[in-house]
Amino acid sequence: MNEASNQKTPLHALHIELGARVAPFAGYDMPIHYPSGVLAEHLHTRKFAGLFDVSHMGQALIEGDDHNTVAAFLETLCPADLLNLAPGRQRYTQLLNDDGGIVDDLMVTRPPGADGALRLVVNASRKAVDFALIRRRMPSRLRLTPLAEAALIALQGPLAASTLARLAPAEGLETMPFMSARPARIVDFEIFVSRSGYTGEDGFEVSLASTQAENLARILLTEPDVAPIGLGARDSLRLEAGLCLYGHELGETVDPVEAALAWSVQKRRRIDGGFPGARRIQDALANGPGRQRVGVRPDGRAPARDGAKIASPDGAPIGVLTSGGFGPSVGGPIAMGFVARAYSTVGTPISLIVRGKPLSARVVALPFYPHAYYRG
Amino acid sequence: MSEIRYTKDHEYLRIEGAEGVVGISEYAQQQLGDVVFAETPPLGKALKRGDPAAVVESVKAASDVLAPASGEVVAVNAEVESAPGIINEDALGRGWLFRIKLADAKELDGLMDEAAYADYLKTLG
Repeated sequence: MNEASNQKTPLHALHIELGARVAPFAGYDMPIHYPSGVLAEHLHTRKFAGLFDVSHMGQALIEGDDHNTVAAFLETLCPADLLNLAPGRQRYTQLLNDDGGIVDDLMVTRPPGADGALRLVVNASRKAVDFALIRRRMPSRLRLTPLAEAALIALQGPLAASTLARLAPAEGLETMPFMSARPARIVDFEIFVSRSGYTGEDGFEVSLASTQAENLARILLTEPDVAPIGLGARDSLRLEAGLCLYGHELGETVDPVEAALAWSVQKRRRIDGGFPGARRIQDALANGPGRQRVGVRPDGRAPARDGAKIASPDGAPIGVLTSGGFGPSVGGPIAMGFVARAYSTVGTPISLIVRGKPLSARVVALPFYPHAYYRG
Repeated sequence: MSEIRYTKDHEYLRIEGAEGVVGISEYAQQQLGDVVFAETPPLGKALKRGDPAAVVESVKAASDVLAPASGEVVAVNAEVESAPGIINEDALGRGWLFRIKLADAKELDGLMDEAAYADYLKTLG
């Protein structure tokens, strides 16, 4: 890939200054790790607080006359209950194609006080596809505005809340409910902050003007417990947390039930449908999907990677791994993949084909490492 | 005195008389990052030059270690399997992977010495 063709986030110069190893990711030059390395960064996030530049992700605003108009439109593309999304709350959902396959997964937030606006955060690699799909289906009275001038910084880990509280003592950020979001002021910066993330830890995602992102990041990094964390540890953290990554667990041929995301399809939508591929998804909800995303633990020390074939103990092909590696907090190899439903029960012995040899493994419950979300 | 040779794939071969000790170079361990798994070849296995002989995996990636020269595996380092991090700490020393009985001394001519390897690394930028 031609380096000049990659976009850079507003924190690019800071990453270089911090000694990051930078590599192309979804069309952006992104920090994969810093000098301390993936393992140390991962463990730091679980114990203290990690700062992640996720400015490559797609932020956008959909606006219309009132909440019902905007939510009803988005419900024609997503299976979540968005009509009943309260002000100041966010939900995880998926954009679906007409077969019920996943075009992208995203966070939808209703800003407090807003009646007729929803904020979206979508994957970097999918934002062009997502925004084109939304515009194609959107009634003319609605507007989609990509927030191209906004950066996104995640602060994740058990000390994220106390760190932000120190910098913004009057804001009460430390008592924000999990999956809530609102505007706030931190030091001199106007931010839009949500209590959510992609690590399994308590944490926040902070959206702010890209011109101010580096200043805020520098202030956060001078706090004693905050270290910069690259995409390498972001991946191992989300894998331990059992969270899906688009292009791995999720894609256009995978529906939300197969992906074990049925929890994100609320009851009203299950009954009423009205989203793309509703028939397939309702059928999978009623009768079980043909294949299912599961957690996988190899029995030995050898990691198995994305793409490894999964076989039954007697050698029949039953699925494929979609993510795999070493879990630093688990202390051993972990993976996720899709298996035929008959093999999806926790405890089922399976075998993974690694370098041509079968490696014994078993289906395990997700997450691999317990979530530590803020529960008040 | 021992002499060290390198391959373009960043394996090293430390020549000790009629035998050679194989591991990954300092550059390779830096590129891989934190090593979390290593697998050595079976004792007695007859390797041909270029055969996949061992595996070294980091948090980021899996990497095959190819035999830098032909020969029979006469010793393996059990310590790297239980504590793979020693490959990061001391790739050229305690982090060795296996030892072979060199089958063909002429093969060594196709490997780089320390100076040639240093020049080669410069070309990788």
